[in-house]
This record gives sequence, C-alpha cells and structure tokens, in this order.
Amino acid sequence: MSARNRELLGLIPASLLLTAGFAAVFIQRSAQLSNVSLTYGGVFLALCLAAHIFLRVTLPHADPYLFPLVALLASFGIVMIYRIDERLARDQAEWFVVGLILFCVTIAFLRDYRVLERYRYLIALTGIGLLVLPRLPVIGGTTNGAYLSVHLGPVSFQPAEFAKLAIVVFLASYLRDTRQVLVIGARRFMGLTFPPLKHLGPLLVVWGAAMLMLVFIRDLGSSLMFFGAFLALIYVATNRLSFVVVGLGLFAVGAWFLGTHTPHVAGRVDAWLHPFDPHLYNAVGGSYQVAQGLFAQADGGLLGQGFGQALLNLPGGGRILPAAQTDLIYALITNELGLAGAAGVVLVYLLVVQRGFKIAMLARDSFSTLLATGLTSVIALQVFVIVGGVTKVIPLTGVTLPFISYGGSSIVANFVLLALLLLVSDRARRPE
Amino acid sequence: MSAPITRLYVLVVALFALLIAFTSRWTAFDAQALRDNPLNRRALLEEQRIHRGLIKADDGTVLARSRPAGGGTYRRTYPTGGLFSHAVGYSFISLGRSGLEQSRNAALTGQRNEVTSLVDQLSGKRREGDDVQTTLDPTAQKVAINALGGRRGAVVALEPSTGRIKVMASVPDFDPNQVPRQFRQLNQQDGSPLFNRVTQAGYPPGSTFKVVTAIAAIDSGRYTPDSVVSGANNKLIGGVPLRNDAGEDFGPISLTQALTQSVNTVWAEVGETLGKRTMAKYMTRLGFYAKPPLDYPPGERRASGEYCDPGRGCRPAGELLPPTSRFIDVGRMAIGQDQLAVTPLQMAMVASAVANDGKLVGPHLTRRVVDPDGRVVSDVSTPSTRVMKKSTADAVAQMMSQVVKEGTGTAAALSGVEVAGKTGTAEIDVANNITQPWFIAFAPIDKPRYAIAATVERSDGGFGGTIAAPIAKSVLESLLGGGSQSGSGSG
Repeated sequence: MSARNRELLGLIPASLLLTAGFAAVFIQRSAQLSNVSLTYGGVFLALCLAAHIFLRVTLPHADPYLFPLVALLASFGIVMIYRIDERLARDQAEWFVVGLILFCVTIAFLRDYRVLERYRYLIALTGIGLLVLPRLPVIGGTTNGAYLSVHLGPVSFQPAEFAKLAIVVFLASYLRDTRQVLVIGARRFMGLTFPPLKHLGPLLVVWGAAMLMLVFIRDLGSSLMFFGAFLALIYVATNRLSFVVVGLGLFAVGAWFLGTHTPHVAGRVDAWLHPFDPHLYNAVGGSYQVAQGLFAQADGGLLGQGFGQALLNLPGGGRILPAAQTDLIYALITNELGLAGAAGVVLVYLLVVQRGFKIAMLARDSFSTLLATGLTSVIALQVFVIVGGVTKVIPLTGVTLPFISYGGSSIVANFVLLALLLLVSDRARRPE
Repeated sequence: MSAPITRLYVLVVALFALLIAFTSRWTAFDAQALRDNPLNRRALLEEQRIHRGLIKADDGTVLARSRPAGGGTYRRTYPTGGLFSHAVGYSFISLGRSGLEQSRNAALTGQRNEVTSLVDQLSGKRREGDDVQTTLDPTAQKVAINALGGRRGAVVALEPSTGRIKVMASVPDFDPNQVPRQFRQLNQQDGSPLFNRVTQAGYPPGSTFKVVTAIAAIDSGRYTPDSVVSGANNKLIGGVPLRNDAGEDFGPISLTQALTQSVNTVWAEVGETLGKRTMAKYMTRLGFYAKPPLDYPPGERRASGEYCDPGRGCRPAGELLPPTSRFIDVGRMAIGQDQLAVTPLQMAMVASAVANDGKLVGPHLTRRVVDPDGRVVSDVSTPSTRVMKKSTADAVAQMMSQVVKEGTGTAAALSGVEVAGKTGTAEIDVANNITQPWFIAFAPIDKPRYAIAATVERSDGGFGGTIAAPIAKSVLESLLGGGSQSGSGSG
C-alpha cells in the first residue's frame, strides 16, 4: 500500500474518535444526541481529507503516520475544549483551519527547505526578537508572572511557540557546519572533552539566551524546552555525551541560582515541592494550580469519570480546575478518561516522536537529520515539561500540550513544525 | 548520526514512562490520600450534584427530598419540617449530615459496590440516589409531640416483634430547613434542639428500671412473682438506710405487689441478693453497656449504664463504669438510682423484650431501600436475640399489667386494650421538687404490637404515673388505631 493510502486509512480512527467524543459530550450536556456531533466529525474529516489530498500531490513520499497521529491529537483537543467551553472550541476550530492553511503554505513555498540555511542568522535574530516581544511595553503582558504573550489589538499570541521553530532551524544549520570542528578541535580537560572556544562561543550564547529567558521573560518551561532541544542537537551532531554533561551542568547551575534568587522561579519550585502547604495553596500564584491538578487526576482514577462528566464548573460560577483548557488540560484528560486515557495520549505523543526520529534517521543530509531531530525533540520536551509539571515530576510552568491545548499560536506553530517534518521526510524517502 | 538518535529516543521513552508512572501515582496509588486531603473540595462539590434519594415515612409521606438548586446541583428540603427532625436529620454541604441522612448516606447517594459502579461508569449511567423508606408513623409522631406539649422530653415507640421504630420524638425539635441559616443559634440554644433525647440523653431511669431487676430476679430462678420480700421502710441498702416513697412501710409483700406499688426497699434487696454479676448479665443482654444497634450515626447514639460520678471516688468522671465496678451500689441501681444514665430508646427496648416473649429484636428506622427504578435494593430486618425465658417474659408482663390495672400506672389504661407498663419518677432536684417522670409500656398484652418509652426532662414536680403515662397512652392509642376514646382511669 502506498504511503498516502496508509495515511488515508489512518485518518479514519481520528474522525471516528472526534465524532464519538462530541457525541459523548452532547449526550452528557443535553441528554440527547443531536446531529451537530456528526456534523463536527464530518467537517473535521473533510478538512483532513483536503490536507491529505494536498499531501498526495505535493509530498507523495512523506511519512504516512505523522499526519493521522497529529489529526488524532488535534481532534481530541477540540473535543476536550468543546467539553470545557463551546465558544473556545469554535475559536480552536478556526485556528485549526488557519493552522492547516499555514501547513499547506509552508509545504508549497518551502519545497526545498534547505534554503532556510542561507538565512540562519536572520532566523536566529527573529527567534530572539520574538522571545523579547512580550517584554516590550504596550504590546507585552504577563501571565501568572511570566512574560508569555503579545497583544496586537484583538489578537494575542505567544511568540515562544514560533521562536522554538526559528531556534531549532538555526541550531540545525549552525551545527551542521560546526559539528566536525567541534569534535576535532576538542580538548580534554579534567577527564571532560571541551569543544574549541571559538566554536563554543555561539553555543554559550544559546546557554546565555536560555538563562536570560529565565530571568527576563521568566518562562521556565520554554527555557527548559529550548535548552533541552539544544542539548539533544549537540549530542546528535557530535555524539559526545560530555557536551551534554557540561551543558546540563551549566543549566543546573543557572537554574539553581535563579531558583534561589528570583522570587518567581523560587515560587514555582516551592509550589512544586509543597503543593499542599496551606500558605502556598492560598497564596496568589501559589500551589493552587498544582494541587487542583493533582486532585483532578485522583478523581479520575483508572478509567476516569467519562467524557464531559468530571466536575469542572463550580455551582457559583468559575471552574474548580484553573487553566483547564491550556496548562492543566492533561489533568482534565486524566480526570475524564482516567489513567488509561492519559497513558493513551502520552503513547500517541511517543508514536509522533518515534516517527520524527525515524525521519531524522532516514534523512540523507546532516541539516535534514538535525532539523528533524530538533523539531521532534522540541515536541517531546514540550510534552514532558507540561505533563511533567501537571504530574509533579518537575515544577509546573506554562507551556501548551502540543496540538491539544487551547491556543492559536500553539496550533499554528505546531502545524508549521509538522509541515517541516513532512518536508524532510518526503525528501528522505523520495526514490532517487 | 543514527546511534545518538536511537539513544535520544530511548531517553524520551524513559521520560514518558516517568510521566505515566507519576500519572499512575496520582490516579491509583496516592489517589485515596488526595481524595482525603482537607484542601480537596471535590467530594463535597460532587455530592451536591447527586440527586439524593427521598426519605419517606412508612405511609409514603415524603420526609426529605432533593430539589434542583441551579448549576446541576441539588438542595435538600424537608416537607414535614420539624416533625421528624431528629430521626431524619439534615444534609447540607456546609454543615454535613445527621440522623438517617448520615447513617443511610451511602444508599441516599446511590453508592454501589465496585463492580456495579464500574458497569454503571462504563455504560455512562449518572449516579442517582436510592429512596429510603422508614418505619416511622407521622400520625403517631404528631400525637407524641403534641402530648409532650413543649416540655423537654422524649417518646420512642417500636414494634417488639420486628424492631421497627414508629415514633421517635424529642422536644425541643428543630426545622431542618432552617438549619443552614440558624445552625449556630440551634447549637447554642437553650435546650439543645439538635440533641436527640431518644438516643443521646442519659437520664436516671427511676423505677422503670425495676423491670430490669424483675427480669433478672425471675429469669435467674432466684425469685418468682409470688416470692415475698420485706417492704419495710429504711432498710439498710449498701450500708445506708433506704426510704420508700412517702416513708411508707409495706411489710412482707410479693414481687408482683412490690412492682405494682413500686416498693423501693423490696427491689433494692432483690438487687443486692442477685448481685452485680447477675444484674450485669441481664443488663448486657438487654442492650445496656453498648450503643443500641440502630441504623443511626454512632455519634448520635449513647450506651446506657452506670456512668462514673466522681463524688464516689471513681475515675475518670463521666465515663461508663464496668458493670461490676466496686463503685456501683447495686441495691440502688436495682431501683434505677445510683449513677444510672439510660436513654429512652434503651428503656423501650426493655419493654420490647418483655413484650416479644423474651426476644429482643434490634431496633431500626429503615424499612427498605428502593432504587430509582422502583426495585427494592434491600429489605431491612434485624436479628432477634433471646434475653430471657418465655416464662420470665410472661411473668414480668403479668406483673406490669397489674401496674396499669391497679398500681402507679393507671393513667395509661386504654379502653378495650390491656396495657402493661411501669412508671418511674427519678428525683433530680429534691429541694426544688424537680423530677424525671418515666413510663415504659407495651400493648396489647395478649399479642403485643407496640412497646413505648416516654419521659419528661426536669419536670416541675409530678410523677411517672401522672406526667409520662398519659403521654404514652395517647401515643399507644394513636398507634393502635381508632382507640380514640379516652381511657378510663380506674383509680
């Protein structure tokens, strides 16, 4: 069976899940099955079919599993958001369409994505610029003490979602050039291998940027994500674990320093360690979110309360689970679908990551390999950072759960990321 | 570059496994601790969303129902107000629960066993509460409350053969609908309206306890109803002279006569002869020294028995004494004095055991639990235990019938129905003439249908026969149905 036919078949479970999910939420809400649930499923299937036909024409050899997996996550996300708030789901569906359009545009205009290498410094600067935007007066703003979003009139977006693409592209390109010299020119010192200072410079800049992000925009999650992707890329590019060890050491020192010296980061760490401390629980920006996330998960148990049946809206208005549609959506998933459903979601991400790394391995040039590795690592790390935060593996920080969480920037940026991965895949699997 | 990518993938698998491990921790291993965390309000909020079942009287009258309160929540209302305030109790999110609302909470909220709930969960069935049909009789309950007429006190009536409680009246009562608004007031109010005097009050039983002594005396084989004992005044009991009522000297007298006239010195001597061990044996069998086995919250039930009065040298004050404690004056206990503190329910159980041929059936308030589809989930019946020989029960019943016929309890006599009973008048404050009048009874004698205990707290003078017996009489009249003619007081 051709790759595209397999992709087509893969879309069927995604649309079935969407239809079933909407039906469940509808039944729960109005005790009757309206045909709207079927309409939603149908429209979603039509959109995915359109994208699929587009892929058939433009990227016939690309990996057949990635798109259905992502469609599954996105449809699941829309159902979850619909369950939280109908209005938000409409927004999200619109952003889904915008994402698909940008997905197609990326594929159409970047047929040879290797041109990106030519603009790597421009791309790097754009990435850093995007990260700094939320700190600018007027358009910037804070969310829970972190500078995460930019407001332009009615539209607000999270530049970090796009910056992650820029930075991965830059690093992939930069490391393709320097990976040889990084290894050859390395010196051994105290049992560790250090790259030559000249080439280390730009890498230290990345470390500095990550630290700066912690201090300047106070975005613990994104900084962890960027720096992790950076280490993954260095490791794959040089195959030297010592670079990773040094990098982790530097990050640990920086994180420790900031964790003890900046109140915002320290607060997050305290909330992580003692979520049920009454003072932290009641403090503004304290551990209320973490604690409520854990309570929601405990409420879910093994099989969950069922789609649309978990306690969410409080009788007096408001929700018991804060940020249910964004940061804590994993807690709501666990609440409604239990450990089984949550493990299923994590497993789908693992499959996405597996396909991503597979693409990286099949790629025929270093830039493609590093690009696919970087993009995949960013997704994996983003999932780890937010799910790890909700499950108290690490401090909770505000990043989205890719393709599932509510948020236009996240959906659109991740569809562009998917487009890049499929572009790499098509080139790698194209028969010569 | 494949090898490092593979290793990177292994790292991601490990990290994701860690995520699933932690999710398992919160959803399975630590889930109970999280649910019990005091900061976790989910269970409370969840409960508000459950449509609690109805609580009904035996005749179908709705005593408690849930009404939608907006936002998918429900709120409890009590259509009969204060009628069954103590038996039914209340259930409000902010205040918790009491009474049957508490003891039958599992049924009322539709809690099922693990397997059923899993099936329900998979089939997406919304949790709904079961209805609880009680054994309570609203008509007789009204009569009981009216008979108490605002005086603090308690009336409890039950079916001796089944243990079904028909009347559970405690005055002052409260309107459960007002509890959320007036909780603090109700809690501090004089007379403690939230306190269920039937199950929580420990009163000195006075002469009604002589029935217990009579059971022990006859069942142990040491006495018969015709045994003759000296009823002299000022006999030495526990080394201290004991007075009869009004200092009367009865001379040698049979046990039947001694019960009819409620002669203190006779029963105190019987108690001393039987000894603590025998008394303890029969008291324990009748339910003393343990919380009554009622389907009612344990915190709202109290064990009857001798409670330590520190003036006697025992410690700690206010604790239940062991039945054979050296601090017990068994002679005075045998006539309901000493440090006895008993609940009206316990005294009704004593009457019930005599009425039911010597078998005590566990009292209960719930007749059956019915699910929302009308299927009976459980029919409640409680086990019966033999506490005395049938012959003993017959003999004591005969003695008790004399009390109503010609003794201290004539005010309880019903026309056309033979009543057996025993009066009691405990002295609370001799100087101010404050008493605790009691009456325990059952009727009809040949085929007893109801047993009853009635008492009034801190009565301003008056005796069991004049204050409590008429209350018991009107309730029995109502329960027996139709017996509306006022009983003829034959003396």
